[in-house]
Amino acid sequence: MFNDDNIVVGLEIGTHKICAAVGEMNEDGGVNIIGLGQAKSNGVRKGEICDPEKVELELRTAIDEAEQMANAEISNVFLGVTGGHVRGFNNRGNHTVLSSEHEISEDDVQDVIRNAKAINLAAEDTVIHAVRQHFYVDGLEFLASPIGICGSQLAVDMHVIHGKATRFQNTIRLVRTTQLEVNEIVFNGLATALALLTAEQKEIGALVIDIGAGTTEYVVYADNAIRFSGVLAVGGDHISNDIAFGAKISLSRAEQLKREHGSALVRTDAKGQVINVTSDVGHVIKSVNVEHLQRIMHLRLEELFQIILGELEKAGLTHYLRAGIFLTGGGSRVANLEHLAERVFQMNVTHAHTAGVGGITSALDQPEFATAIGLVKYGSMKQHQRAAHHGLSAKFQNIVGRFWRRG
Amino acid sequence: MEHEQNLLPPVAASTTMKIFGVGDVGVKLLGELGAAEFPAASLIAVNTDAASLRDCTAPVKFHIENKLLRGLGSGGDAERSRALAEEQFTILKSACADAGVVFILAGLGGGAGSGIAPVLARAAREAGALVLAFVTLPFESEGNHRQAQAQQSLELLKSAADGVICLAGDKIFGVIDEHTGVLEIFAAADRLLLDGLRGVWQLLHRRGLIQVHFGDLCALLRDRHAENCFAFVEASGAGRAREVVEKILSHPLLDKGRALAETGAVIVNITAGKNLTMAEIKRVMDEVKRQCGRAQTIMGAAVDAALGDRLCVTIIAARPNTAPKVEETPRPGTTSNRAGFTGGQTVMTSAPVLGGSRPRRPGGKQIQTQLPLTIVSRGRFDKSEPTLHQGEDLDVPTFLRRGVLMN
Repeated sequence: MFNDDNIVVGLEIGTHKICAAVGEMNEDGGVNIIGLGQAKSNGVRKGEICDPEKVELELRTAIDEAEQMANAEISNVFLGVTGGHVRGFNNRGNHTVLSSEHEISEDDVQDVIRNAKAINLAAEDTVIHAVRQHFYVDGLEFLASPIGICGSQLAVDMHVIHGKATRFQNTIRLVRTTQLEVNEIVFNGLATALALLTAEQKEIGALVIDIGAGTTEYVVYADNAIRFSGVLAVGGDHISNDIAFGAKISLSRAEQLKREHGSALVRTDAKGQVINVTSDVGHVIKSVNVEHLQRIMHLRLEELFQIILGELEKAGLTHYLRAGIFLTGGGSRVANLEHLAERVFQMNVTHAHTAGVGGITSALDQPEFATAIGLVKYGSMKQHQRAAHHGLSAKFQNIVGRFWRRG
Repeated sequence: MEHEQNLLPPVAASTTMKIFGVGDVGVKLLGELGAAEFPAASLIAVNTDAASLRDCTAPVKFHIENKLLRGLGSGGDAERSRALAEEQFTILKSACADAGVVFILAGLGGGAGSGIAPVLARAAREAGALVLAFVTLPFESEGNHRQAQAQQSLELLKSAADGVICLAGDKIFGVIDEHTGVLEIFAAADRLLLDGLRGVWQLLHRRGLIQVHFGDLCALLRDRHAENCFAFVEASGAGRAREVVEKILSHPLLDKGRALAETGAVIVNITAGKNLTMAEIKRVMDEVKRQCGRAQTIMGAAVDAALGDRLCVTIIAARPNTAPKVEETPRPGTTSNRAGFTGGQTVMTSAPVLGGSRPRRPGGKQIQTQLPLTIVSRGRFDKSEPTLHQGEDLDVPTFLRRGVLMN
């Protein structure tokens, strides 16, 4: 058994699967994935729980599997949340520095952050993240902390992600019924971006699109700060549903066709090609034109990308994405998806791989697990921060420790 | 100079206005108006019921009758009183002869009001007057027959008059608690209608700083009146502009301000004593504009020393006509019924041509609609909350929404 203090668990209750990733923090701040547990999810639609009883059972299965694989006991988790109601926006806080020398103090920084967090939200909304972007001292941008710098006006930009409080509470309560404690709720898109983007990519600007079964999350990083985030409650399920409706076949058959013959662009060889859909006992019940199948998928995915592009253009961010676009999530497995995205966005598009996490490599390379791994990474960062703020003595010990290690 | 002036036509005396009270309700309303308040107008009471006319104080009374009624009124039959009014059409017309503007007050749903008001409106128009009708609709609980009669009459009135302002009986409950006495409720309904009349009266009668013309009013009301909302509010004292705005936004006849958001056009008239300030006008108008969005707004302002410290605002909002237009021609059976009752020979053959003397206003462009043969499928997402993006439900397959044909 490992020491529980070093264990960080990320839990994602997705539309297609429930996934728990167990990470072990090592002493120099890195994190290794040592266990993964997953179960098929049947009680979630579009990222939100609609059948709690089913989800509870499946959740137990996933946690058991993860515990066995990691050989550790899971007691608390970082819970990923999403849903069409989650939204992100930027907010600026202002503060006038009043000290005689106009030197910015720790208190001034705290005040300006508090001002930036004071947002008018609907009563049912709650803030899940308020991420600091940049400080401005008298209109000049400061990348680092402005403490000690002289100025009269201090401003800060924050990226605020919020959603409906009751929906989050429902998810949290469900997790608690399985005797797990929730450390924190984390926006899935944020976690995914953490798992995938390197520091350099965050610096020069990148868009992460996580196409899940029920929802698609998109997050933009630029200048080392999160700039833009959002959720669209459209995902792989919608593609299957479109196919089932268009070809008049059952949803499970549609799902199967999507995996085997699907494409985000209509392939040239698809013309005239026909697939026979068989019933459970092997009778041919329907023949489906591959061209139609791929056109249905193409239209849906193109629309999805166009909506995201529209949002980016509204936010004026299309010129900031020098590292390009990173696709992930189970939905990104659709063939030719990167070509479609390149066409829509006119940008470099890649399938993303998890960065900065060690451990079971086979698991890390699958797009489905990016969010769970990101949750672990987020958790480990939080634990480090907590350890760093754990009283002066701990800080001191830490410094001494580091000193010794260097020696 | 004098020569030139003589070339101009002589300045007409201010337009004569006549107020007709039709039916029991109309006559009662007329009684409450009182001659003192409306000096330039002559008040005329029109009814089939002798008793109601006897109690009325109006200077001119006009009893529509024939032998068969025996002075007992039309017995709640609109067709009967309509036939009678048609009989007296020339007399009605001559009564309106010298009037510039004719107001008709009536309660629809009963016999006399529903039957005579449309005929009177037509007579007044043919006499060359502009016609504005103020009518009440019966309460829901008064039964289907009265409702239907009122609706039919309202449609006829709409096609005959230049403008109709109607007050649905059940809206009164917004102003007054349902448990108050019947007398009070009826009094409140009367008061609301008279407030409306008074507001329009002031609008047209007072020399305004910013004048609202009768033509403006008619243009606004014509063809839009699925149901007009009007409100007349007043306040006095230091914060009167704010108070007036609050009263408008909580006015039950404007659905607590919601009616303004839905309206297509709105007239606002502001009247106050000599101390009316531009800031007050601006305050009221800003709020109205904010509520109405892109609706066409006509604004008037007037100063009346008699008002002293009071600030009065009249708002008339026309809702876009959503309900399908009711057929203007009467049902085929009605002619023979009426003929049978009145003894046959008294009814002129021209009588059934109700509203026919005026050309029918062209309706909206006719579009041939398609039968919705394909059921729009949300499939798997049937029971979930729809994913809306710019008014489109993204759960419906993209190819269906874009109209791409698959076979």
